[in-house]
Amino acid sequence: MQDFALHRPTSAAAAVETCRGCDEGRYLAGGQSLIPMMKLDLALPSDLVSLAGIAELSGIRREGETLTIGAAETHAAVAESAEVAGAIPALAGLAARIGDAQVRNRGTLGGSIAHADPAADYPAALLALGAAIVTDRREIEAESFFAGPYETALEAGELIRAARFPIPEAAAYAKFPQPASKFALVGVFLARTAEGVRVAVTGAATTVFRADAIEQALERSFEASALDGLEIPPDGLTDNLDASAEYRAHLIGAMTRRALTAI
Amino acid sequence: MAIGQSVKRKEDARFLTGRGVYTDDINRPGQLHAVIVRSPLPHARIAGIDAGETLAAEGVVAVFTGADMAADGVGSLPCGWLIHNKDGSEMVEPPHPPLVAERVRHVGDQVAVVIAETRAQAKRAAQLLDVDYEDLDAVVSCADATEDGAPLVWDEAPGNTCYDWELGDREATDAAFERAAQVVELDLVNNRLVPNAMEPRAAIGEYDPAGGNYTLTTTSQAPHVVRLLMGAFVLNLPEHKLRVVAPDVGGGFGSKIFHYAEEAIVTWAAGKLARPVKWTAERSESFVSDAHGRDHVSHAELAVDEQGQFLGLRVRTVANMGAYLSTFATSIPTYLYATLLAGCYRTPAIYCEVRSVFTNTVPVDAYRGAGRPEAAYLLERLVDKAARQLGIDRIELRRRNFIPKDAFPYATPVALEYDTGDYEATLDLALSQADWDGFESRREEAAARGKLRGIGASTYVEACGIAPSAVAGALGARAGLYESAVVRVHPTGSVSVLTGSHSHGQGHETTFAQIVADRLGVDIDAVEVVHGDTEIIPFGMGTYGSRSLAVGGSALFKALDKVVAKGKKIAAHMLEAAADDIEFADGQFKVAGTESSVALDEVAFAAYVPHDYPIEELEPGLEETAFYDPANFTFPAGCHICEVEIDPETGAVELVGVTVADDVGRVINPMIVEGQIHGGLAQGIGQALLENCVYDENGQLLTSSFMNYAMPRAADLPSFDVGHHVTPCTHNPLGVKGVGEVGSIGVPPAVINAVLDALAPLGVGDIEMPATPERVWRAIRDARAAG
Repeated sequence: MQDFALHRPTSAAAAVETCRGCDEGRYLAGGQSLIPMMKLDLALPSDLVSLAGIAELSGIRREGETLTIGAAETHAAVAESAEVAGAIPALAGLAARIGDAQVRNRGTLGGSIAHADPAADYPAALLALGAAIVTDRREIEAESFFAGPYETALEAGELIRAARFPIPEAAAYAKFPQPASKFALVGVFLARTAEGVRVAVTGAATTVFRADAIEQALERSFEASALDGLEIPPDGLTDNLDASAEYRAHLIGAMTRRALTAI
Repeated sequence: MAIGQSVKRKEDARFLTGRGVYTDDINRPGQLHAVIVRSPLPHARIAGIDAGETLAAEGVVAVFTGADMAADGVGSLPCGWLIHNKDGSEMVEPPHPPLVAERVRHVGDQVAVVIAETRAQAKRAAQLLDVDYEDLDAVVSCADATEDGAPLVWDEAPGNTCYDWELGDREATDAAFERAAQVVELDLVNNRLVPNAMEPRAAIGEYDPAGGNYTLTTTSQAPHVVRLLMGAFVLNLPEHKLRVVAPDVGGGFGSKIFHYAEEAIVTWAAGKLARPVKWTAERSESFVSDAHGRDHVSHAELAVDEQGQFLGLRVRTVANMGAYLSTFATSIPTYLYATLLAGCYRTPAIYCEVRSVFTNTVPVDAYRGAGRPEAAYLLERLVDKAARQLGIDRIELRRRNFIPKDAFPYATPVALEYDTGDYEATLDLALSQADWDGFESRREEAAARGKLRGIGASTYVEACGIAPSAVAGALGARAGLYESAVVRVHPTGSVSVLTGSHSHGQGHETTFAQIVADRLGVDIDAVEVVHGDTEIIPFGMGTYGSRSLAVGGSALFKALDKVVAKGKKIAAHMLEAAADDIEFADGQFKVAGTESSVALDEVAFAAYVPHDYPIEELEPGLEETAFYDPANFTFPAGCHICEVEIDPETGAVELVGVTVADDVGRVINPMIVEGQIHGGLAQGIGQALLENCVYDENGQLLTSSFMNYAMPRAADLPSFDVGHHVTPCTHNPLGVKGVGEVGSIGVPPAVINAVLDALAPLGVGDIEMPATPERVWRAIRDARAAG
C-alpha cells in the first residue's frame, strides 16, 4: 500500500473542497472495496477524504412516493430500516444479502455505487427502480450513471450525497451468488412501476444493464409463463473462470422467474 | 478430568482472548524485513537481475539473489522420500535452491530477497527490482506434462517424469480381470487444492555473533525436522548452533510440515547481516508459495464376478508434483495412496501404477489426508459405479466385499496389515443415524418442491502414523517416524510434558494433559504441555498424518510408565516395602493389601530432596524420556453419508445432511475429536463442492485469491451428526488411531455419490469435483439433451 494523507472533513462542502486540492484524492466511505484495492496497489490515492464524520450524508426518509437514502448509510442500516422495508422491501432484502456482516456494517450505498463493481447489487436496484443519484452538483439518472466496469458518470471530485428511489408498485431481487466472493454471479432486480416493468441485471456483463426482451415479455403478461420460450442470448455476457456466458444467460432467466415468484 | 472426558481446551483461553503468540506477533530488536521477489512467469530463463534501483531505495539494507546464496555454498531444499522406478532406478530429483539463479519454474518461484528497515520499504523496493526474463514454454496439467513433445520443466526429466512406480501384483491382477464377469471403469480427476491455513506462513531468522548461534522462528508443524533438513542439507549448520522455534501456529493441514525456502533465506540472511530478518507471507503469496494438495488424474478398473465379489483392481494414476519436489511430495501418491487402494474390501489382487510428473506449477505435497483422500475417492466412486452397473444395491455391494471383523489382522495385497476394524458396525451406525431406509420418502417430498434429492455413502479406511521406521526406511523414507516425550515431575508434584509433537489447532495441550492426569492422578491444571522449541523439547518428528496421539501420545504413555516405575521404587523405600508390592493408582503409591500409601507429590519431593532416599540404587529426580516407534500404522475407518438437494434450474447443490460414524480407536477427549471431525468434514466438503485450484494453459494461477477460490463457510454446511464405534488399536498402549484427517478422507466421495444419486434419474453418470452449480447444470442439460 502506498502512503497517503487522510482528511476528515465534517461537511460535504468541505469534503469536496478538500478533494479538489488533492493530487489523486479519493473519497473514503466504508472502505470495503477501496482499501483492498489499495492493499493490492490497484488504487494508489495520494489522499483519502473520509466521509465518516459528515452527518448530512446520512438519513433515510420517505417523502410521498420517493424514498431518499443518504450516501453514507451502511448496507446494514438499509437492511434494518423500517422506512425502507415499508417503502421498497426488496431494497432492504437486497442490502441484507450484500457481502457478509462485516461488509454490511461498514460498506455504504454511496460507496457501492461510486465503485460500480459490475457484480455489485445496488446498481441493479437503482437501474430497475429508475433512481436518481444526487451529488454535490447535480442529479444523475441511474440510466446514465453506470458507464462500464468501475466506471460512472461522476466527474473528478464529484461527491454522491444520496440516492432517490421512486417507490414502485412492487419489486423483487433475486441473486445467484458466486460461491467464493458472494458477489452476484447474476442478480436480477425486477420492478413494476406506473410506467411499466423494469428489469435490471447485474453480474452478467461488464456493467449493469436493463433486459429489454424480458421487460417486453413481462409487459405483455406479468407472470413466469411470459418467459416461456424466451431465449436469452449469451452474446456480450461475461465469460470467465466464475461462469460461462451461457450459464449466466441461463441464470438471468432463472433469477427473473425467482424474482417474479417473490413479488 | 481424565481420559474419555470432554475437557474444555486449556489453550483456548489464550487463543480466544487474543493472547496467542504467533510468529508474526514476535518482533526482535534491530529486526529487518524481507520481501521475496517472485516470478510472475511460469517458466523463464533469468537473463539478468539489475538491483541498482532497489539498493538505492529508502531503507534498503540488502538484496540477495540465488547467485549470492550459491556463492555461499547454500544447498538444495531436500526431498524426504526416495521413490524407485519400476525398473529399480531412482526417481529424478532435481535441485531446489531457496533462491533460483538460472531458471524460474512456476509463478511465485523465489528469485531474490529484498531486505529493508521496514516492511513497506522492502515491499516498495522489491517492486523496483529489474529482472530480465526470457520466456519459456510451460506445462501445467498432468495431461500437458505427459504429451509427446511437451516442454520440459527439467532437462534431466524426460517426459517430465519424476518417477514411474508400481505397487501390487500385475500378473495376478490381470488374471483376475480375465476371470471377471464384468469390468467397471472410471476416469477421475482429484482436483488440485490450495491449503489456506488461517495464519499465513512467516519466519524470523536471528544470528548471535557472540556464540555463532542461529535461531529460526517459523510457522512449522515439525520444528525438529526443519532444523535437521535446513541445518544438515541447506545451510550446513550443526544442530547445537541452530534453534528452531514453532510458537503458536494457526493451522497447517500439512502445508506447514515442509521445509520452505523462506526459512533458509531469513536464517542465512540474518547471518550475513547480523540482524534479525523477518518475513511474513501475504495471502496472495500463500496462494503461489504454500505447497498445494491433490492433483491426480486416474483411470480405475474393477473386476467383479456375477455375485458382485471384487476380483481385482487396476489403477493408473498421473500425479502432479509441481515444479520442485517438496519435502514429502514423492511419498503422497505412492506409499500414502496406492497402499490404501484395498479400502475396506477383500479385493484379492490389486495393481497400481503411478507416474508423477513435473509441471510449471507450485509444488504439490501433503494436504489433510495426503494420498488417502485420493484413494478413498477413487475407490468409493468406483464401488458406487459398480453397484449401478451390476444392479446391486450399493450398501449391499459394500457388505459383500467388506473384510469381516473376525479376519483381522488382515494383510492387503498392497503392503499393509490392518490390525483391527469393524466396518459393518460403523456402516450400520451411520445408516441408522442418517435414516437411510427412510430416504425415498424424503426424495419424494423434495421432488414435490421441485428439488432433486440424493443420498450417498462412502466406507473408507485410512492409515495414520506411518510406521515402523525400519519399514518406512526400506520404502525410501529418509527419516525416522517415531515420536518422543519427556515427563518432568516437579518437586511439588506438578508436571511438565515436553513433546516432539506440535499442536497447531489439535488441542494437544489438553489431550496430552488428560493422559498425564489419568495416569498420574494429578489435576489437569497441574500439567503443562510444552512443544515447538528444539532447545527445550527432545528430538521429535512433529505433527502430520494424524500421528500425534497414536505416536506422540504413546511416547508420552511410555514415559509415564517409566515415571511410575521409578516412583514405585522411591515409594517402596519410603514405605519400607518391596517395590514389587507397590501399586499405583489415583496418584497414590500403596503397599498392596494394606492402607499404607504415599502420594505422588511426596514421592516427587523425596526424589528432589533426597535426604532419606535409596541413593545407592536410584538417581535423584523424577523425569523420564521415552521414544516410541510404532509397530504398525493405525487404521481409522468409518462410514460417511451425505444427503443433498439440487435445484435443477440452477444446478446449485445444497448439502442437507452429513452423518458420519467413525472408528478412530479409543477417544481421549470426545469434544476435541468431534471438533477435528467437523474441521475435516468442512475441508472435504470444500473439495467436493467448492474448492478448485485453476491455472490457465499458460501457467498463470487464476484462482489466486479468496475472490475466486471458494472456501467453505459455516453457511455452506449443515449441522454434522457425528457418531463413533470403537475398535481399539491393538499395537499402541492407548488404543488410539488418529482423527485429524478422517473428515477430509471419507466425505468427498459421499458428497459426489449423493449428487450422482440425485442426478441418476436424469441419466447423469459422472461429475467432477468440485460439483459447482454450473457443472451440475451442464450435466443435467446434457443428459436431457441426450434423452
